[in-house]
Amino acid sequence: MSSAPDTWRPSPRELERREIRRTLRRRSILVSTVATVLVLGGLLIGTVSSPGWASVKATFFSWDDAKAAFPSIWHAFWTYNVKLFLIGEVLILILALAVAVLRQSRSPVLLPLRIIAVIYTDLFRGIPTILLVFMLAFGMPALNLQGVTNSLFFWGLVALVLSYGAYVAEVIRAGIESVHPSQIASADALGLSRVQAMRYVVVPQGIRRVIPPLLNDFVSLQKDTALVGAAGVFDALFAARDYANYQFNFTPYVVVAGYFVVLTIPLARFTDHLQHRAMERERQGAR
Amino acid sequence: MSEALLEVTDLRKSYGDKIVLRDIDLRVRTHDVICLIGSSGSGKSTLLRCLNLLEQIDDGVIEFEGREISDPRLDPRAVRSRVGMVFQAYNLFPHLTVLDNCTLAPRRVHGVTKGEAEQRARDLLARFGLADQADKHPDRMSGGQQQRAALVRALCTQPTLLLLDEITAALDPELVGEVLTIVRELAEQGTTMILATHEMAFARDVATAVCFLDEGRILEQGPPAEIFSRPREERTRRFLSRVLPPA
Repeated sequence: MSSAPDTWRPSPRELERREIRRTLRRRSILVSTVATVLVLGGLLIGTVSSPGWASVKATFFSWDDAKAAFPSIWHAFWTYNVKLFLIGEVLILILALAVAVLRQSRSPVLLPLRIIAVIYTDLFRGIPTILLVFMLAFGMPALNLQGVTNSLFFWGLVALVLSYGAYVAEVIRAGIESVHPSQIASADALGLSRVQAMRYVVVPQGIRRVIPPLLNDFVSLQKDTALVGAAGVFDALFAARDYANYQFNFTPYVVVAGYFVVLTIPLARFTDHLQHRAMERERQGAR
Repeated sequence: MSEALLEVTDLRKSYGDKIVLRDIDLRVRTHDVICLIGSSGSGKSTLLRCLNLLEQIDDGVIEFEGREISDPRLDPRAVRSRVGMVFQAYNLFPHLTVLDNCTLAPRRVHGVTKGEAEQRARDLLARFGLADQADKHPDRMSGGQQQRAALVRALCTQPTLLLLDEITAALDPELVGEVLTIVRELAEQGTTMILATHEMAFARDVATAVCFLDEGRILEQGPPAEIFSRPREERTRRFLSRVLPPA
């Protein structure tokens, strides 16, 4: 930018200021550390010094039982829970996006689909997910339909997709509606069709805005994959219960909880990262 | 020489490798109207944002009302509650009515009662021809009305210094007039202002001093008569010949 060579050296005042900033930063790190240690330490001490801690430790935090239950829970977790949500999330996104966009459509031909979309979201958000799992996992095979699978895994997946699809559709719709009308106007002005305006202008902005609530729903879905265990799929929770019933030790439940937590945290950090990057790119300096 | 309200010494600001402001010296006394002129990207907006502590500076000293405000220990809100700022894009809060926009800071920051804040806001709105707009939401008004409302919002806290960042740049010529009339009135009443502007005729009439910024430096500063008719620097002459209508 400049023509003259830059010979700037920080002035004494600036150096002093940097030193002050460093001191302030150190002070706030110190305060946060002390506060954290006090609060977490207090909680820990409170728990460990409670009268029943010894028996709680033996039934919930037994290292031997954790080791013994680990492999079977891992197997069940991987084959059912992880697969359920990996497949489920993709299907839910597709279904929810279709429903949300459909509800925003103006075309008269699509009116019947619009009506179905409204009924679908109202109905499926209203039914408890576990009931949906029961109804589909036990009801569909009972219909004895030809060529339709009786797999509990399959119908459990369908139940989760239908239930979460309705929630996520509403989240996405809220995002789409939050995009300012002037954006549609400028897309119109460029000669884009309504579908193109949705596809290239409105939906990308809308989705970006609702990424945190979307993630919320997905984390919730990851946990709710345990509901299919209730219908008899041998998932991680089922495996833990199996072990607990035989050994009279609840440690496997803690192990399952650990699996779910470990699964959700990376996703949360990754989404934070994406969001941060988009913000840096689009909003530089505009405050 | 009277005590300066705002004094900037050797200010420097960079974003990474890019130096946006360098060697900035500026002295503003009460009732001064300082116009910052220069092409886009010359650092006018950044300078205003530094004065309001919206940007952290990389070197130099800013003194306001006799106190160094570039000290990291200082709470920036103490400064901002005394300095008003109006942005190019209005930046009114779209979820609040004009009246609520104008009473938010007086009530929540300055502790003025609801009744008093509303009275003050309505008086100012009436003075600026917005009496009937008070209960509307900003997006329902024209650009000129929004910018006038933004000015009222800044004035409602009774700032000792007003920073105006190209407040007419997003307006059509007719609306520019209605906003500038108000700024002119404020200047005549003795409001201390620093404004970044592309309105040269306005700067010539109203400013007590004009600063020409180029590549992050104040290349030249002085009374408008001097800068506009006898610019010292070649670069200033070139800029003015492009933006001033041929005389």
